[in-house]
Amino acid sequence: MTKLKVNGTERSVDVPPGTPLLWVIRESLGLTGTKFGCGMALCGACTVHLDGEAVRSCVTPLSRAAGRDVTTIEGLAPDVGGPLRQAWIAEDVPQCGYCQSGQIMSAAILLRESAKPTDEDIDDAMSGNICRCGTYERIRRAIHVAAASRAEGKQ
Amino acid sequence: MRESATRTTGEGGVVNLSRRDLLKLTALAGGGLILGVALPFPDGGRAEARESRIGGAVFAPNAFVRVAPDGTVTVIANHSEMGQGAYTSLALLVAEELEADWSRVRVEAAPVDPVYNHLLYGMQATGGSNTTWSEWERLRKAGAAARMMLVASAADLWKVDSATCRAENGEVLHPASGRRAAYGTLVEAASRLTPPTDIPLKDPKDFRLLGKPTPRLDTPDKTNGKAIFGLDVSVPGMKVALIARPPAFGGKLKSFDAAKAKAIPGVRDVLAIDGGVAVVAEGFWPAKLGREALEVVWDDGPLAALDSARQRQEYLDLARTPGAIARNDGNTGKALASAAKTLEAVYETPYLAHAMMEPLNCVADVRADGCDVWTGTQFQTLDHLSAVRDAGLKPEQVRLHTTFLGGGFGRRGWFDSESVHAAVQISKAIQAPVKVVWTREDDIRSGHYRPRALHAFKVGLDAAGGLLAWEQRIVCQSIFIGTPAAGFTVKDGIDQSAVEGAVDLSYGVPNVRVEWHQAPDGVPVMIWRSVGHSHSAFAIESFLDEVAHAGGKDPVELRKSLLQSAPRARGVVELAAEKAGWGKPPAPGRARGIAVHETYGSWVAQVAEVSITKAGRPRVHRVVCAVDCGPVANPDGVRAQMQSGIVFGLTAALYGEISLANGRVVQRNFHDYPMLRINEAPVVETHIVPSVAKMGGIGEVAVPPIAPAVANALFALTGKRIRRLPIRAEGLS
Repeated sequence: MTKLKVNGTERSVDVPPGTPLLWVIRESLGLTGTKFGCGMALCGACTVHLDGEAVRSCVTPLSRAAGRDVTTIEGLAPDVGGPLRQAWIAEDVPQCGYCQSGQIMSAAILLRESAKPTDEDIDDAMSGNICRCGTYERIRRAIHVAAASRAEGKQ
Repeated sequence: MRESATRTTGEGGVVNLSRRDLLKLTALAGGGLILGVALPFPDGGRAEARESRIGGAVFAPNAFVRVAPDGTVTVIANHSEMGQGAYTSLALLVAEELEADWSRVRVEAAPVDPVYNHLLYGMQATGGSNTTWSEWERLRKAGAAARMMLVASAADLWKVDSATCRAENGEVLHPASGRRAAYGTLVEAASRLTPPTDIPLKDPKDFRLLGKPTPRLDTPDKTNGKAIFGLDVSVPGMKVALIARPPAFGGKLKSFDAAKAKAIPGVRDVLAIDGGVAVVAEGFWPAKLGREALEVVWDDGPLAALDSARQRQEYLDLARTPGAIARNDGNTGKALASAAKTLEAVYETPYLAHAMMEPLNCVADVRADGCDVWTGTQFQTLDHLSAVRDAGLKPEQVRLHTTFLGGGFGRRGWFDSESVHAAVQISKAIQAPVKVVWTREDDIRSGHYRPRALHAFKVGLDAAGGLLAWEQRIVCQSIFIGTPAAGFTVKDGIDQSAVEGAVDLSYGVPNVRVEWHQAPDGVPVMIWRSVGHSHSAFAIESFLDEVAHAGGKDPVELRKSLLQSAPRARGVVELAAEKAGWGKPPAPGRARGIAVHETYGSWVAQVAEVSITKAGRPRVHRVVCAVDCGPVANPDGVRAQMQSGIVFGLTAALYGEISLANGRVVQRNFHDYPMLRINEAPVVETHIVPSVAKMGGIGEVAVPPIAPAVANALFALTGKRIRRLPIRAEGLS
């Protein structure tokens, strides 16, 4: 049995410790918002937060997450998640939508680190996430919008 | 109880399969959940009314609309949502005529039933960039019929002439008396009325929703992880299977030893199926480890020597001999003989994989008395038939549930119903539900591909640089010969998808000859976003740029002069050129290129502005895109599809190549089959031509012009002509 905290709840799972966290989240815990895209940390669809840092869950063994905090799209905290989702909706970002959980999870780290990211910051933080539908321009806009709304909220 | 009653509505406007609901669905399996509503339109297929188990509680005037007592309007979508915005545009068609309150409109995927067949294809399918225009009349009538019945029921209730009532924003109003009734309160009364047969539609000038930017209904659930794609479906007792497939195309299984695979904890079964060996396990990871451990001996078959370099030579050799004649206007031979100048060039494009972000998958649950299949498909009817055949059940015992598609681009709709065929075979054999999953490597290496193509041109110019003759010889495999769709995709032995964009050349050239060589079969090929246009536009629009330079003409001016009798094409060229500042010098180190193409009834012109990076790679900064697609249902959806198509086409232009060595695909995953990323994405400025002309497609039409627009811009910048995709960086800087 491996114990870990997922979206604030203690969970224990009985799968081999080498199993990638992605499959533990999706299959053992039934949280399907985190997606499988490549299995090689190349596309970012599986991005989750491990102790507050973005990781590619498809290449993160369960053993690495043992005893630690995992946050998925379903549990993204409202201080960052709220403005991001609102901005994603306002800019009507998703098309097929499959990559967008990973996009938002990467954007959440960016906004935490950089209250007012530049286009270059966005390129640096988001170029690990592929969107095959090509929603990049809207992702960029939505991140700027979310940053602005967080700044307003803090004033 | 109807299928919908076991589903929940998400935050957004799409009725989404939730995990809990899937459990319920399974529990109810075999209970006859197929919805039954009659469609009053003669073109809709099945006319007989079947009993709705919900009874009178919901107003269901036809197969496409339901109104619930709480006022919720549910539109039943018979086209799949793969990112192109189909659910929202279909709902807009219904809601416009229904005078629905848009905030109360929901969408639900249709089950498989002939009533939902595509009006052009005669089966339930999504593809060809025609969802909105093909349903333009049928779904508006479905909404209008519902509105007429709601108005009539209110008029009955108030004992007034229905002509004195009108509908607005989800209510029926009687202005003379000030009475009003919400649709939800009229559900029972309206259900007792007979659907009208004479259904007048609105004058487009009265449209309230259509033509205005409308947010997508599926966006909220696609920002919180709630949207359910095929890969997210889970049913109790479900196993996960990966399939070991022949490494070479056309290869066959000789033998396998399951011992090492079965030694992996969690692996339950190893079995041969049509197409390979399935490793069935408790989850994805043990299935993957099991497949790696599996020992298989393959017979590589007759294509084991396939090799891209050799194939390239074969195509070049074929292009030197006459092909089947697809178009022949005037006499190109005579015109070429009298030309002041002739120009020849060969353009080449590679095989391409679709690489949807969600790899192929399917969940099947075959039982003795029924079967459920969940998949994000573009071809419901064929997938259903495939499941019926493999399950050995009656059609009515098999239900296919369409989920969201994590991208499609053509890959999720093919005649072999590959993923369904695999899942149903396995579920039947192991007597348990199973989810079959493709890994990314499976997707790239054992896929079906956009055909490799070669276009050989010879043109003749007069002394003033005018085009006298245009000869184009195309070499590529056939997508459709031998398929059930050959009847309408193959004419006189010529696969129209191989020559599209060429046989319908918009330019006014007096002598035109287009020929096609069917390249030898072998590699599985299929439709890929914009199909033949994806290679013909690159070849034609790049070569036309050569013609312009050879004749000393400006590429925009030459196009305009050749498009005198093609006003919509000319219109987008002029608009894109004007908005891009064509003729004004670009920023230092940058250059512009233009291309225009008609795809599936819409005209798109793009001006790309490029530079070369310090690393010597092409960089596309800005794309000005003009589109004439006729009347627009949702302008924001059009803009989204222009951005999408440009990124998709640019990915192919800059990176896309599937190559072969020893009969095997060389590429494996996104490291060697790269996708454009956010740091490389251009700014796209879309300009929509206001138009009342015939409506065209949108989902695919932005793809074809981008590669030639970029290649032409790179020529303007570097003097190097790009005749082969993907664009190779060598020599550009």
